[in-house]
Amino acid sequence: MAAHRCCFPVWLFILCSFSLFIIAGSQETTVAPEQHASVLDNPQTAAETAEQTAGESGGVEERRWEGTEVRDAAAQKQAEPAVLQPTPQPKDDFQEELVVRPLHSGDIYASFQFRTLWETDFMRGNKVSHYRLFPKSLGQVISKFSVRELHISFTQGYWRTMQWGQPYLPSPPGAELWVWFQDSVTDVDATWKELTNVLSGIFCASLNFIDSTNTVQPSASFKPLGIGNVTDHRFLRYATLPREIVCTENLTPWKKLLPCGSKAGLAVLLKSEKLFHSSFHSQAVHIRPVCQDWQCKTTSWELRQTLNVVFDLHNSGQGKREWSLFKMFSRTLTEACPLASSSKIYIDITDNPEGEQFELSPATSLLSQAMVLGDRRTFSVYDLTQQDTFGSVRSLNLLIRWKSTEGDMLRPLLHAERYVAGYGLQTGEIHTLMYNHHPYRSFPVLLLDSVPWYLRLYIHTLTVTSKGKDNKPSYIHYQPSKDRVRPHLLEMLVQLPPNSVTEVTVQFERALLKWTEYTPDPNHGFYVGSSVISSLVPSTVAMDTNSTRERPLFSSFFPCKEESSYFVRVYTEPLLVNLPTPDFSMPYNVICLTCTVVAVGYGSLYNLLTRSFQIEEPSPGLAKRIANVIRKMRGFPGTMG
Amino acid sequence: QEFSCQIWGIFFLKKTFKGNLRNYWNFLPEGFINTQLFTRFLSRISQDSAGQFFSSGHTNNWAVLVCTSRFWFNYRHVANTLSVYRSVKRLGIPDSHIVLMLADDMACNHRNPKPATVFSHKNMELNVYGDDVEVDYRGYEVTVENFLRVLTGRLPPSTPRSKRLLSDDRSNILIYLTGHGGNGFLKFQDSEEISNVELADAFEQMWQKRRYNELLFIIDTCQGASMYERFYSPNLMALASSQVGEDSLSHQPDLAIGVHLMDRYTFYLLEFLEDIHPASKANMNDLFKVCPKSQCVSTPGHRTDLFLRDPGSVLITDFFGSVRKVEITTEAIDLTDPIKEVEERPANGDVHKEMHSYVDQLPVSEIIHQKPKQKDWHPPDGFILGLWTLILLVFFQTYGVKHLRHIF
Repeated sequence: MAAHRCCFPVWLFILCSFSLFIIAGSQETTVAPEQHASVLDNPQTAAETAEQTAGESGGVEERRWEGTEVRDAAAQKQAEPAVLQPTPQPKDDFQEELVVRPLHSGDIYASFQFRTLWETDFMRGNKVSHYRLFPKSLGQVISKFSVRELHISFTQGYWRTMQWGQPYLPSPPGAELWVWFQDSVTDVDATWKELTNVLSGIFCASLNFIDSTNTVQPSASFKPLGIGNVTDHRFLRYATLPREIVCTENLTPWKKLLPCGSKAGLAVLLKSEKLFHSSFHSQAVHIRPVCQDWQCKTTSWELRQTLNVVFDLHNSGQGKREWSLFKMFSRTLTEACPLASSSKIYIDITDNPEGEQFELSPATSLLSQAMVLGDRRTFSVYDLTQQDTFGSVRSLNLLIRWKSTEGDMLRPLLHAERYVAGYGLQTGEIHTLMYNHHPYRSFPVLLLDSVPWYLRLYIHTLTVTSKGKDNKPSYIHYQPSKDRVRPHLLEMLVQLPPNSVTEVTVQFERALLKWTEYTPDPNHGFYVGSSVISSLVPSTVAMDTNSTRERPLFSSFFPCKEESSYFVRVYTEPLLVNLPTPDFSMPYNVICLTCTVVAVGYGSLYNLLTRSFQIEEPSPGLAKRIANVIRKMRGFPGTMG
Repeated sequence: QEFSCQIWGIFFLKKTFKGNLRNYWNFLPEGFINTQLFTRFLSRISQDSAGQFFSSGHTNNWAVLVCTSRFWFNYRHVANTLSVYRSVKRLGIPDSHIVLMLADDMACNHRNPKPATVFSHKNMELNVYGDDVEVDYRGYEVTVENFLRVLTGRLPPSTPRSKRLLSDDRSNILIYLTGHGGNGFLKFQDSEEISNVELADAFEQMWQKRRYNELLFIIDTCQGASMYERFYSPNLMALASSQVGEDSLSHQPDLAIGVHLMDRYTFYLLEFLEDIHPASKANMNDLFKVCPKSQCVSTPGHRTDLFLRDPGSVLITDFFGSVRKVEITTEAIDLTDPIKEVEERPANGDVHKEMHSYVDQLPVSEIIHQKPKQKDWHPPDGFILGLWTLILLVFFQTYGVKHLRHIF
């Protein structure tokens, strides 16, 4: 390992100078010698440096493009495969990145992504005992419970799609857990129960409340995100806990899973006091098998830790539209995680090509484009593995200063909302509204509703209407509930007509719970988890279907199969439903009253009936008693009264 | 027997130095050691030159810290518990040895003007929540049942380690409870309560299962002294914030947060503990003096009759900290046992190396043409109809219409 470390920079230096040589040869310009001096860690940065030199040597462009956009660099890469091949690849790899998207509402959206890739096999009785970057606690969970895919998220607050657009990674309020098991698991339910218990210990969360009453097996909504061919939904379990609290105690174990902890790299920004002082906070862990190379013949395990947060303008900006890393996180960056092969910050500047909306400082000349959520976005890139990113002060404090408040956000093509209608405590109606804002194209959505058993759905009242007409779903999967055993599961595939609102309504009846089944605060109400809407939304530009190409982490989560559309998942609000609650002090009142009635009424009557009454003679005085004794002794019978 | 005792005693010493006490017990058949024998051990050891190592008789420390109150206006109870958590963590008990139960989320409560903090002092001076708290039981999980299960160790097998009290007969346990109580009970979550008899029985069960060496019980609630008056198990020391018939009072009202931040007794307990450091020699008698009636308004009580040692010889850090005695050896230990690199197994995947691919996330046509679930076989309707016709025909053939009156 050490030898490999030592010879690596040498290789890179050779590569770098070789590419420079080619450029110099082809363009016949002199190159600034400082470019050689930068200390390089990995081939990617080498390539970027090559790009930079390419750009500078061209001397025309002020801004440079990174990644696959640059032809020259790609050509350089291809020219060198024979040199790169023999270097032994490390078996695991860690990348970190932060995406900042200024939102039109004035809020700011920050999304952290940490990805650990590990070429190993947890399955087939393989005992993995040596862990480097991958957290051992999760590795053991994967192998013990034969997990093929695990997705867990903890969210506080609701993502406001209409104000903020689509998030890079959607998640419902509360906790969400869905797991695909290997097909070797025989008793999936028992494994699932144990797994939730173990995860509740790892993440300090009440995941042990996941039981059969809130677990469902969706038949079509959740497909494996990793590679694999088995899609038998018997091995899938999905559960949400809409009332789960998310706070520092969940963040602490989450940070401990990172290779650098919160000691170095982007994770130093994760301070709970700032992260929870926000409009939206979501942290997640996704584990899945992914392709290792373009041929996709071998797999590696991917652990993706994401944290999304939306900061409120008025909370921390004092009304001024100005943002900096320090204002958001009360920290600045000084270094990348030393274990990371790539560490980057992306700032979305698509709406701000000439800097008329906001000003970014320090300015960077490195740009990148990515297909994300059906759109081509442009990002300013800060590479933390480069020393010159931090400047002379050795710390990076990004600053965004707004210039104008104008500008419209592109309306998201799909959004949904849900509410409970009706009055009284007996019946009600759930309304789910799904909006298609596309002017001329319809697209399919798959709606998943999991309703607890104590709301008894009247499935015959189910209606789906769009534009005032009945919209017949092309696929319905309904599993009725069983009291205290399992929830309702409703899945529907609906085609949303262009520019329309589709309304799904279903009536329900509220069940009476047993006395001990109520929560300690039943008057707060009971939560019903978010509906999940999975959809293939038409994209405005052709999507990148090549899954193996090097892409920023935030744009490579959902695999993309078609060019014309992209997959998106939207969560509605969770519902808060009041159930009829008894007067909990009533049993005590009844007991007290009954006891009183029994004691006073029946008791005295019983007393009267069972007692035998005798006339008691008054006890004689002392003198009379003495007289009686004397009389007895003298032989007179009887006593005196 | 006496002789064997001595031999085992020496062995015992050696084992303890390695910090592996449980092994010792495994050597002996169950029931061989009775407590009498055991105390004889201890006395023998304490006379030894290495006796100071065992002056307290414990090798590990545990803490169970419970806030039993729900709702925002009970902020002070969470702050109470967290301030004790902060102190024990500062004095060396790791998170894995602390079972922290908080019945409600105050730090990220929507009413908290400063999220992810819980303050114990006015003007937001001391954040007892910290940046690396680990809450083991929270919200609805804090119930009487779970509390008693943690104490007695009778938990479902899949319960994670962080939610268990994995103590043994060499453990000193600190149990801290706070909430709303009355004479002889403590409320949990405003919906159920634990009585002092139940609590005393739980401690007895712990003692019989050898789950503690010594136990310090502290309760901050109204009429707190009533909670420990039924205790009968040995090696228990108990403190309470108020006597029977007295209320425990709150302290530190904060205008910005809008609630009282602490209870009086725990506030002064925290002030006392803030001055304790791992090497301090403060003992239990100092703890008994915390919060006199002039400060507390209520009268704090304590009970030591079940405790075998003199409270004056018991250090605060015996319960609130995890102070380990360390012996430094100068002997060189050879650790160069070669670690064998596991041979990289050649990928036998050449045979089953099929091309993997990602799955369609929303395969519309596949979903639509999904085969409906096979129904159980049912005889065709025509068959059933025919069968009934046949039965009726045979009936009328046999009896005719005139016999119908016999039936009806």
